[in-house]
Amino acid sequence: MALGIASVHRHRLLHSRKFRLTLIYLCLFSASVLVLFGASYWMATGAVSRQIEATIDAEIRGLAEQYSQRGTVGLIEILNGRMRAGDPSGALYLLADPAFRPLAGNLDGWPFEQPDADGWVTFPLSDPDPTVKRAQYGRARVFSLSGGLHLLVGHDVAERVRIADSIARLLAVGLAVTVGVSLLGGFLMSRSLLREFDRINQTSREIMAGDMSRRVPQSGRGDEFDQMAANLNAMLDQIERLVAGIKQVTDSIAHDLRTPLGRLRNRLDRALVEDADGAACREAIGRAIDDADHLLKTFNALLSIGQAESGAPRRNFEPVDLGALVTDVVDLYEPVAEEKGLFFIVDAGSGATIKGDRALLFQAVANLMDNAIKFSAAPADGANGSVGLALGTEGEAARITVWDHGPGIPEDQRDRVIERFYRLEASRSTPGSGLGLSLVAAVARLHGGRLELADNSPGLRAELILPAAQR
Amino acid sequence: MGIISANPGAGQPPRQGMDLESDMRILVIEDDAEMAGYIAKGLRQAGFFVDVAEDGSDGLFQAVREPYDLAIVDRMLPGLDGLSVVKALRSAGQQTPVLFLSAMGDVKDRVDGLRGGGDDYLVKPFAFSELLARVEGLLRRPVASRPGTVLRVADLELDLRSHRVARKGEPIDLKPREFKLLQYLMEHQGQVVTRTMMLEHVWDCHFDLQTNVIDVHMSRLRHKIDSDDHPQLLHTVRGIGYCLRAPS
Repeated sequence: MALGIASVHRHRLLHSRKFRLTLIYLCLFSASVLVLFGASYWMATGAVSRQIEATIDAEIRGLAEQYSQRGTVGLIEILNGRMRAGDPSGALYLLADPAFRPLAGNLDGWPFEQPDADGWVTFPLSDPDPTVKRAQYGRARVFSLSGGLHLLVGHDVAERVRIADSIARLLAVGLAVTVGVSLLGGFLMSRSLLREFDRINQTSREIMAGDMSRRVPQSGRGDEFDQMAANLNAMLDQIERLVAGIKQVTDSIAHDLRTPLGRLRNRLDRALVEDADGAACREAIGRAIDDADHLLKTFNALLSIGQAESGAPRRNFEPVDLGALVTDVVDLYEPVAEEKGLFFIVDAGSGATIKGDRALLFQAVANLMDNAIKFSAAPADGANGSVGLALGTEGEAARITVWDHGPGIPEDQRDRVIERFYRLEASRSTPGSGLGLSLVAAVARLHGGRLELADNSPGLRAELILPAAQR
Repeated sequence: MGIISANPGAGQPPRQGMDLESDMRILVIEDDAEMAGYIAKGLRQAGFFVDVAEDGSDGLFQAVREPYDLAIVDRMLPGLDGLSVVKALRSAGQQTPVLFLSAMGDVKDRVDGLRGGGDDYLVKPFAFSELLARVEGLLRRPVASRPGTVLRVADLELDLRSHRVARKGEPIDLKPREFKLLQYLMEHQGQVVTRTMMLEHVWDCHFDLQTNVIDVHMSRLRHKIDSDDHPQLLHTVRGIGYCLRAPS
């Protein structure tokens, strides 16, 4: 159902996208063709007009010369001669007497239109012979000759119209070709673009349908789409990892908290069934409260880990004097170590300051110290009974080392002990939640550092490496 | 009586001055009726007068109108939240000590609460004994906060200025942290002090420690101040914490 809707939606989107892209192409191409043709029309007609005007100017000069040499009669003869030659070029002549009555020429009457700034008159042509195709307008120059005669020499605009006609035809063909090409090009381009999007959409739908392992295929061309696909895939990998992590944590919580909850329930159940007297009942309730407290502690530890892993405490990072912090931890744990008969060896070094969350760092170091003391055997037979806490530097990073001579952690288990609730078989009988090292690792990551576990032969050497500079 | 009085073996009640507390009034501002009832019932059994307000504006109204010796305020309240209630209370000139209750336990929330006018902060869920110990601590705070004096419990003396400690005139050598711990206990003499309270005030440490580290420190301190030929001053209150008090 949901898939169906998505698919219909996709089709509409695809259609409109394709259409719009093509339309944009079309408009752009057509506009450029129009501009191109407009410019050529303007230039071509301009050139033709200038050429005609130059011819007319030359003609006028020639006729004026003839007139001055041969007089009116000579001029009329010349004009008649020109017209007899059957000039088809559209030349216009008219010689009129002082009252503007035509004497010679191929115009029916004198045009009285107002000449423009350059002395040119534009006038309509009344055509006596409709079979001869002529332009509807003429352009001419007018002269007043000595003796009161008027001379008009001009040209019809047929040439310009012809040019305009052919350019318009070219324009129509050009536009048709452009529209065709841009429709096809736009369609092809948008189709190939949308095919890329389709790959991504296809994968997204498969993932939404529940197949988290699907990835966007890459064309291998290394273009922007491949980069986008690679980024999406990296994001999906990250999400898959996080989801798997959450699942693992949820499973562990469900599994590991069921046991103490079951114990709590059984205890209360027994207290109810055994019909105990007041004291035994109180005893059972007291123990149930202890169980509940233990569960709450576990939840608090989980919350602390979750908080550190969320990265939220980074907002409140402040300079933390690690030297003072180590001294505080020593203050807190020295009596505990001594109580157990362990030597507490401290090397506070020259101190170091990093930006961080003091409370979480304190808790991390305290957890390491707590483990070291808890897993150290009391030196009953003069064995090596000591634990140590040292602050040093490693390049730009601060290094807090906690070591003991306890049983240590086998090499193949060192990655696993930082998982939530993971406990070594050997340590199942000792008190603890299996969350201590998970928190230390989370705090290290929060500070851009890491927790390294190594063999202290014998024992465990835990190193908390915290870079001074924060990203 | 609450859990504290169930402590047998003590020559006198672990808290001094029941008569002093019997007319002390406490306002509980908490929207969760079950939680409010739990707190109110426990405090009444311990001898306090308790009023409950179910939301922020009611609580603020009541706190301004009537003089209370202490207010217990939930951070998360419908309408006006706990922090705003306390800020309003403080800007109205009310200096009633405030104990915040909150389901939010991280350091920033705590700091916000204390900067916003709270005097102490307790994260839910909590043991009632923890709440009671803190309530009593807050009600006695003015006595404890006089600086530059000599604190006394029976023949035990702690000089805040010279940092010297003596029992029956005999000097006792304490490490700096032990001095701080004893000072805290003496400031709260006669009251039960929980392990969490000591961790918070002496070590500035706001989380659960995996083992009972505090007990080791207390046994050392006890060893130094309560030697065999003196009457015992430092008492363990089972399941709750410790209490430093003069013998009756």
